[in-house]
Formats: sequence, C-alpha cells, structure tokens
Amino acid sequence: MSGQLLVFVICGAFAVLGALGLLFFHKAVHAALSLALVMINLAAIYAALDAALLAMAQVIVYTGAILMLFLFVIMLVGIDRRESHRELIPGQGVVAILAGIGTLGLLVFAILGSFPAQAVGLEAANGGNVESLAALIFGSYVFAFEFISALMIIAPIGAMVLAQQARLTAKKTQRERAAARIEAYAQKGVHPGTLPNSGVTALQDSIAVPGLLPAGRISTSSVSQAMVDRDAVVNVHAVSLLTAQRFAELSGEVPPAIIKPEPVDLVDTKDERELLK
Amino acid sequence: MILLEPELTGQTLYISGGVFDFAWLMLAAPAVGAAVLLLTGSFFDKRGHWISILAVLASFATALAIFVQFLIGGGGSYSVDYLNWITTPAWSVNIGLYIDQLSILFALLITGVGSVIHIYSVGYMAHDVRRRRFFAFLNLFVFAMLLLVLANDYLVLFVGWEGVGLSSYLLIGFWQHKPAAAAAAKKAFVMNRIGDLGLTMTVFTLLAFLGSSSFADVDAKIGTLSPQWITAVGLFLLLAACGKSAQFPLQAWLLDAMEGPTPVSALIHAATMVTAGVYLVVRSHTIFAVSEIATTAVVIVATVTIFIGAWIGCAKDDIKKVLAGSTMSQIGYMLLAAGIGPAGYAFAIFHLITHGFFKANMFLGAGSVMHATGDDVDMRHFGGLARFLPVTFATFAMGYLAIIGIPPLAGYFSKDHIIEAAFEHNLVVGSAALLGAGITAFYMTRLMMMTFFGARRWEPGVHPHESPKSMTIQLIILALFSVAIGVVMNGWIQGWLAPALGTEVHEIQWLPTPIGLITLLVVIVGVAAGVYLFRVRPVPVAQPQTKNPLVIAGRNDLFGDLANETLVVKPTMFAAQVANANDTVFIDGAIDGVAVGALKLSEIGRKLQSGRVRSYALATFVGAVFIGVITIIGQLG
Amino acid sequence: MNPEMVALLAAVLFVLGAVGVLIRRNALVIFMCVELMLNSANLLLVSFAYAHGSLDGQVAAFFVMVVAAAEVVVGLSIIVSVYRSRRTTSVDAPDLLKL
Repeated sequence: MSGQLLVFVICGAFAVLGALGLLFFHKAVHAALSLALVMINLAAIYAALDAALLAMAQVIVYTGAILMLFLFVIMLVGIDRRESHRELIPGQGVVAILAGIGTLGLLVFAILGSFPAQAVGLEAANGGNVESLAALIFGSYVFAFEFISALMIIAPIGAMVLAQQARLTAKKTQRERAAARIEAYAQKGVHPGTLPNSGVTALQDSIAVPGLLPAGRISTSSVSQAMVDRDAVVNVHAVSLLTAQRFAELSGEVPPAIIKPEPVDLVDTKDERELLK
Repeated sequence: MILLEPELTGQTLYISGGVFDFAWLMLAAPAVGAAVLLLTGSFFDKRGHWISILAVLASFATALAIFVQFLIGGGGSYSVDYLNWITTPAWSVNIGLYIDQLSILFALLITGVGSVIHIYSVGYMAHDVRRRRFFAFLNLFVFAMLLLVLANDYLVLFVGWEGVGLSSYLLIGFWQHKPAAAAAAKKAFVMNRIGDLGLTMTVFTLLAFLGSSSFADVDAKIGTLSPQWITAVGLFLLLAACGKSAQFPLQAWLLDAMEGPTPVSALIHAATMVTAGVYLVVRSHTIFAVSEIATTAVVIVATVTIFIGAWIGCAKDDIKKVLAGSTMSQIGYMLLAAGIGPAGYAFAIFHLITHGFFKANMFLGAGSVMHATGDDVDMRHFGGLARFLPVTFATFAMGYLAIIGIPPLAGYFSKDHIIEAAFEHNLVVGSAALLGAGITAFYMTRLMMMTFFGARRWEPGVHPHESPKSMTIQLIILALFSVAIGVVMNGWIQGWLAPALGTEVHEIQWLPTPIGLITLLVVIVGVAAGVYLFRVRPVPVAQPQTKNPLVIAGRNDLFGDLANETLVVKPTMFAAQVANANDTVFIDGAIDGVAVGALKLSEIGRKLQSGRVRSYALATFVGAVFIGVITIIGQLG
Repeated sequence: MNPEMVALLAAVLFVLGAVGVLIRRNALVIFMCVELMLNSANLLLVSFAYAHGSLDGQVAAFFVMVVAAAEVVVGLSIIVSVYRSRRTTSVDAPDLLKL
C-alpha cells in the first residue's frame, strides 16, 4: 500500500465521518467544527493528489477564512439555538434519504468505468505546481480570473449593503417601550421590571450562578439561555453546601459531614431541573 | 311598432267611417279611467268613482252609437289594425279591432251592465277606504273585457283574456285582509292559468300552421289545417273556455270567487267574464264547425256542468254560492247551445244576454239583502224579508221568474230555445237540459223561500232595512231588462247575428211548443217541490246534519277541491318533491361533487405549495434524480 | 492510487451534503452542507486533474473555491439580515414563498 493510498483511506474515512457529523450534530458550532474536519482531511487528499496549492488554499481560505466567518455568524445568531431533529414536514426525511441513495446510485453508475485504467499523474504537468497553475490562471484562464476578482469585489459590497440595511420601523421611544411592557404585563402577566440579577455567593459571583428566590428556589430568569446552552450554569445548592461547609470549618464547630442538609427538593419546576441538569 | 293607417283588409262587406272611427274610444275610456285612478294616488279618493263611471258611460255611449249604426246601416263588419305588434319572418300580429254584430252585442252588455254596476257600487262601497282602487279595478276589467270581445286576433284576444283574469284576481281578493278572499283570488288565478294554457296553445298552433292568428285569416285558412290539428285547436279552445267559464272540470274556483264584493260577483262572475268562454266558442265557430269531436266534447262538458252547478245550487246555504252554482249551470246551457252547432249559436248568445241581466239583477239583489242583514250570506239566517225589503224582493222575484223560465220573461224564451235545440240534437242531451230546468226551478225556489218568506230567523241585533236609491234604482233597471229583454230579442236575435255567424234564420215560436209545455210542467214540479220543502215545512236555523251522500257532496262543491287536491295538487307536490330530491341528491350532488373534488384536489395541490423551502428543495432534488434516471435509461435504450 | 475511488468518495460526500441540505433546518448548517457539496465537487475536479494529467481541473477547483468564498460572504449576510427581522435561523419559519 502506497503512502498515497494510506492518506486517502485515512483522510477519506475522517472526511465521511465529518460529513456525517454535519448531518447529525444538534448544534451549529459542532456542525461547523465537523465541517472543518472534512476540509482539512480533503486538503490532505489534495496534497496526496499532487495539488499542493489547492491543499494550502483549502486550509487557509476554506478552513481558515470561510469557516471562521461561519463561526462568527454562529456566534451572532446561533450559539444558543439547539436544533431538534424531529422532522416537522411529513415524509421529508424518508424521501430525502431515498433521493440521496438514488443520487448515489446514479453517481456511482456514472463514475464506474469513466476513468482511465491507469491515472496519468501530474509529475509531467506539474513541474512545480504553483508555477504551472499560475501560468494557466494568468494565461489561458486570465479572463475568468479577472471576472472572479470582480466578483470578489462585488460580493463584499453586497454583503455590506445587506448587513447595513435601513431600519424598517421607527425606533421605539422609551415611553412606547414602557407602555409595551405594561401592556405585556396586563395581557400575559410578564413581569414589567428588570430581570433578576444573577446570584452572588461567597464563593462565586459569575453570571453563571442563578439567583435564589426567598424560598430557596432558583430564579430561572436570572441566567442567560446562552449559559444553559453551554451547560455552564452553576449548581447553587452544591455551592451553598460548600459555603456552609467552609463556614463550619472556619468556626470549627460542627464537622461538615454532619450538617449535610436535608435532601429537600428545592427545585420544583421543569425549567429549574433543566437548569440544574 | 309601426303605426298603421286604418286599412281595410279584404274580407267581405267591410264598412268604415262614421262612428266606427271612434270605436277605439270604447277601449280608451276605461283604460284612461283605470290609469288615472291608479296613478294619481290619493288625489281622487273622494270623487274618483265618478271618473270611473264617466269612463264606462262614455264607453257605453260609443257602443250604443255603433250598435245604432249597425241597426240603421245593416250588415257587414268593421276591422281596423292600429299597430303592428310583432313581426317575424314567418308571421306578424297587428293590434286592431274587429266589430261585428256579435262583438257589439257583447260590448253593449259589458258596458251596459257595467255602467249599472259601477253606479250601484258607489253606494255599496261607500264605506270602504279603498273605494278608488276598487273603481280603478272595475275600469281595468271593463277595458280588458272589451279588448277581449273586440279584438281581431286571437293573440290580442288573449291579452284581454289575461287582463280580465288579472282584474278578476284583484277584485276577488279585494278584501285581501280576509285570508279566505286572498286564497280564493289565488285559486281563481291558478285555475284560470290552466285554461289560459289552452288559449296559448291555440295561438301557438294557429301561428305555427296558418301563419296568422287573426280571425279573418283563421276563418279563411282553417280548411288547410289537418283534421287532427283542428280537433286539437277545438279542444284547446274548450279547455280555455272551461277555465274562464268555470265549466267542468275547472269549475271549483267560481264558488270561492264569491269572497269578492257582490258587485264584482254580479259583473264579472255572473254577467260578463265567465261568459267569455261562450264568446270564445261562438267566435271560433268556423273551427268547431269542422271538428265533430270538439263539438261533442263541448256538449258533454256543458251537460255535465249543468248538473254540477244545479246540484251545488241545491245544497248550499250561502246565497251567493247558490247563485254561483246557478251561474255555472246556466253557462252550461249556453255552452251546450254553442256546442250543438249553428242552430244553437244565436240561442247561446241570447241566453247569455238574458242571463247577464237577470243574474246581475239577482246578485245585486243578494247584495242588497246582505246590506240589509249586516253582510250575512247564510240563507238560514234570512226568512220573511219580503216585507222589509219590498223593492229588493220585487226585483229579485223578476229575476227569479226569469231564470226558472216563466213566460213571457227573459229566461223562458232563451232557455226554451236551447232545450228544444238540444232535443233536436240528441234525445239524451235534450232530456238532461230539461231535467236541469226543473232542478233550476227547485233551487231558485228554495232560495226565494228561505230568503224572503217563512219565519224570521235573523240573528239577534239585525234590523233589515231597504237599500239606498243608488242601489235600488239599478235593481229596478235590471229587473225591467230581465222581464222585457226576452220578448224584445226573441224574434230579432237570430237575424241580427246571422251575418256575423253565417247561420240561417229559423222561424221562432212565440207560443209554447210541446217541448216548451213539458218544460213548463217540469219547472212547475220543481217550484212545487221547493215550496213544499222550504215554505210549508219549517226551515231549521242550523244546517241539519245529514247522511245523504248527495247533499254532503253538494255542500262540499261535489268534492271539487278534494278532487283537485288529490288529482292535481298532491301529484304536483309529489313531483315537486321528487324534483327537489333529484335536485338535492343528483344535481347538487354532481355540482357539489365537482366542487368538492376540485377542493380536495386543490387541498393536495395546496400541500405541495407549502411555502417551505425544504419541500421545494426536496422536490427539485427528486426531480433532478428523476431526470438523471430517465437520461440514463434513454442512454441505455 | 485509482482516482475512481477518490471520485466515489466525492460522490458520497456530495450525497451526504445534499441530504443534509434537505433534512437540516438551521440555515447555517444548510449552508455548511452546501459548502460540503462544493468541496466534493472540488475533490472530483482534483481527481480528474490527477487522472488525466492536466492542471485544468485544479484551476477549476481554484475558481470554485474563490466563488464559494464570495458566496459565503453574501449568503451569511443574508442569513444575518433574515435573523434580524425574524429572530430565527430556521428555514421552516419563513414560509413566505406561499402567499
């Protein structure tokens, strides 16, 4: 087995794994990372196929630039979104998979036998991959290259226009927002004031610590959903236990193991269970 | 429409000029009267009836002048087309008048009796708030009836025919606040429609086969029609006559029509409109002359109706319904005479004229009685009224003697001639007519005895009083005619009508013939029976219970309504329900099914058009695969 | 190494990308799947270049890469602006293709 084939088998397997990850990860970030896996492995395969420039471009442009752009956008819009895999359109998944199998069949049917028995290889054509490609790009493909560079100018301008769109509605005044808040309170009972602060304990005071209500229950609205999505919420009851233990140690009165609090279930809503998961 | 010059079309002996140029006035006067009264609203509420009377008197004067012109000038007829109404490539219809001895006699009767009844109504309707409307309808009726008898074309006649139907409907239901009156009006209208169908079929047939429906053309070309179609036309005309003249089997509406005001009953449902059927048959004598079947049918219908009318007359306690039954029966006599053939035409018209007078007389007399007893119509609540209503009694008695045929009063001559002609025609028909005369005498005697003689069976609080002069004078006028018209017309009528009907003039018997004597005998027996049963024996106030099926049948109008209900209404309702069910289940089912199918189809289509990007993407993808498969299969093939 | 195997890998990646486009709902992930499909096409081009001993395939793959970069820029800005107005990145939510 040649090194080339070895690279192909290993990197091909990882690429397929990454593609499957793209299909099955719930979170966009994971999908983006698995796409990065695919791309890097493809870059390795490019390299094995005597395409040094493309391999580098794949790593630098695709994985480095484009996927970073994806991650930026995910950070902007999608970090706290989980996508359920429960299909809402009846038959969509089944038909899509069947159509995919059909496509695969067609492609395999088309590919098999359409390649020359022995690959020509690029030793002759390459003679220094970058120089040869440059000769082509700035030679016979120069017009295509110029058009694409024009596209590269235009596309960011378009992106800026899209991102900088004018306001669709007038900015709400403070009075209007206050009225809307009271209206929401009247209609749905939404609390009109500011949301509760995150919790401040002796040991921790990050925004990942939920605030406690007077009865000792967790205030679900005191932590950001982003924290929940990241599983970063601190278990305050563990913290308070720890604090009590520390107090006991400092005062030297009662060994901490003895004052283990009653196993009172202070969590009584589903949301709170979710928080403390 | 094109206004035509008065033109003489080529039939024999047309005359023109003189008073004939004013013939249109006969129609115009009542038409204008009706229009003015109906369109001016309450402006003429107080004095409007005088406009109406003036109109009908003007009409009467014109008719009289034309009549005198005929008397002086002799035979011939006058025909004028005023307007071109309908023109098609195949045929055209002109609106015009046709005046001959027959139609002018009718015009005289209509306007004469009409005038009398108009004047009578002034007193009779004095307390009705809608009197102006009543007189407008009366004028409308006179106009339509004159159009009917003066038309020169079956289609124009049909307009008048429908016009009298309309006025009859409006006047029967004049007291529309009474449900019975409204129902009676509707019934009369609907049953008349059946008859009208006959007339429309006549017009259609004539237009289709002869290319014209004018009397002149029909008379000239009737020979070219095939015998089957002549018979059909004859039967159509008979159907029309049955509807309008309340002959069997379309007789049921006339009794209910008595819900209308009494002058209406007198004018429309005794003297004029109900005799339109007889006019139609006589006017169409050229058609009936060539169809044996049609004339036989006329005779049968007439004979049956004579008995039905008389039977009902014997059983009813409502004075107006007795008279209505009598009217049916007498029109049966007229139709019988008309059906007998040329020998009977003149007698039919003769009896029609005399009947018009004496029946109008008796109806107005009945109105006077009702006026005296507080609008009671039940004869069992009358009795002994002769002393309190002397004028009414005397005039009514004249009408009574006239109708039962006591010489030398009007009915004697006219009815006797019909019975004789019937015997000449057929022994059975003659006997039936003779028997009918006896029954007539019986039920009219019954009416007289129950109303004017015997014990006073009045309701408490009733104080009979004679009617005002405006009513009694009319009674006297009509009574005089009832007495004298027979003698006056007996020797004259045949000769008068001969040019119009093309009949021969037979010698007229003035003295009773053997048949006349037998008739008189039968009549006397009928009178005696009536006197015995209703004068000698006391009349119970309440209608006696009876198990006699003949009496029960008579009281129930011979179950005419039941027959209509069972034979016509229920099957019609059933057919309507079937049609409705068919409509609901099959038609609606098919239509709705198409709609629902389209809906379901579009539901499916709508699901395809979900608006979801991924569904569209999937469709694109599947489509691409599909195309790929097809391409490859094509490559392989 | 037989380029046919590389082409088959490209086919598998392409189909996975296509199915991902159809079954995922997050617009960003769908977009990534589109990128995966583009990459599989690139892989195919490179394998063709290798098989035929010609660099034209690599040039085409290079152009695809550049165009993909431009496309990503525009596509992501569209996603951001849709997210701004509708507060979601699910492609099922804006069913405005139906009136």
